[in-house]
Amino acid sequence: MSASNFVDRFRNGLWYENPGLVQLLGLCPLLAVTSTFVNGLGLGVATLAVLIASNALVSATRRWIQPQIRIPIYVLIIASLVTCIELIFKAWFPALDRSLGIFIPLIVTNCAIVARAEVFASKNPVASSILDGFVMGSGFALLLMVIGLIRELVGHGSIMSRMDMLFGGEAMRGIVLTDGGWLLAILPPGAFFSLALAIALKNAIDERQKSATPRRSRR
Amino acid sequence: MNSVVKSGITLAVIAGLCTALVALTYTATAERIEVNEQAWLERSLQPALSGLFFDSGVTESMMTIPPPHDLPGSEAAIVYRVYAEDAPVAALFVVSARDGYAGPIRVLVGVDVGGAVTGVHVLEHRETPGLGDRVESGKSDWVQQFDGRSLIDPSPSGWAIKRDGGRFDQLTGASVTPRAIVKTIRDTLLYFEAHREEVFIALQEEAE
Repeated sequence: MSASNFVDRFRNGLWYENPGLVQLLGLCPLLAVTSTFVNGLGLGVATLAVLIASNALVSATRRWIQPQIRIPIYVLIIASLVTCIELIFKAWFPALDRSLGIFIPLIVTNCAIVARAEVFASKNPVASSILDGFVMGSGFALLLMVIGLIRELVGHGSIMSRMDMLFGGEAMRGIVLTDGGWLLAILPPGAFFSLALAIALKNAIDERQKSATPRRSRR
Repeated sequence: MNSVVKSGITLAVIAGLCTALVALTYTATAERIEVNEQAWLERSLQPALSGLFFDSGVTESMMTIPPPHDLPGSEAAIVYRVYAEDAPVAALFVVSARDGYAGPIRVLVGVDVGGAVTGVHVLEHRETPGLGDRVESGKSDWVQQFDGRSLIDPSPSGWAIKRDGGRFDQLTGASVTPRAIVKTIRDTLLYFEAHREEVFIALQEEAE
């Protein structure tokens, strides 16, 4: 794989084909858990890990899987991987596991994962599929973190509080700007508003780039 | 027919591999998970234990009170018994408040032998963030107003929030959650008053 191809893949995963921003996949966990940055980061990392592993397994077994039974097999693989991730979270990040609650097991239902298995991993070699899982998972995780950051900042008035849930140690309050914030941001409507703003911002940037390029070429 | 058999075999093999993967992860993590659960339980009981002198293991003294019972909540309640030199010191009840704003609220209520509250801690809830969730001990000191209170101080009729003519503070913008919790604590105290012997006799029987 050439270097420019490699960069293109990253640009697609993180921006042009971002699973959350563009494909609008996996919105349930995206909207539900992103009330703080650490929750977004935790679920983002868990989803990333499942996506890489599921892409790797689907790709590795693709030669032996008959097309008519591929969906139950993807479900089986993804469900087992999510169970493993849940056990790992319970063992090493118990506080984060409690905070994310049901949304760790619900990664199974994140259609971004089965979509990558179907669209990409079932047709491509293992290494390429792992890279695909990595870039797509990173795109999703980044979006979760951005939305978590916005909602926590507006809703709680803090930045990156409770990072101890991920890294252990004493309870950390993060950077506290004000005590309490605009409540709406942590409630479910705040999730929709933040996602809408993120999508609008992305479209605006794309629009600006598109209108800037031809003008330059005309000159 | 051949393709059906083939598909079946493929599915079986993959299912076997996936099960092996989960089983392997489970064996590798089971011990740590057990330790974490135990630590979490001990930590969550701590608010009702501070200031007590006792020499018994708390988590081992767990007793389940199956429904129907007079405690708040319709599911089984849990009680931990605490004692020093075989004499009862306190009982810690884990009960559910049913009339919260969103689903049951799991509350830990510690009561000493004399019937006074040793500590209250909200274990689990789905109340509105920023409003009802200030009953959490990490978010405000609202639950501390119950420390040392009993059915004599105030009398059962005073066990209500101020808006309802009682003695306890509500929270600004949220009265449903505090009302539910005050009622839960009062009912737990009433239960303890009526069943004190039972709670501790069961403990002594089990100890023997």
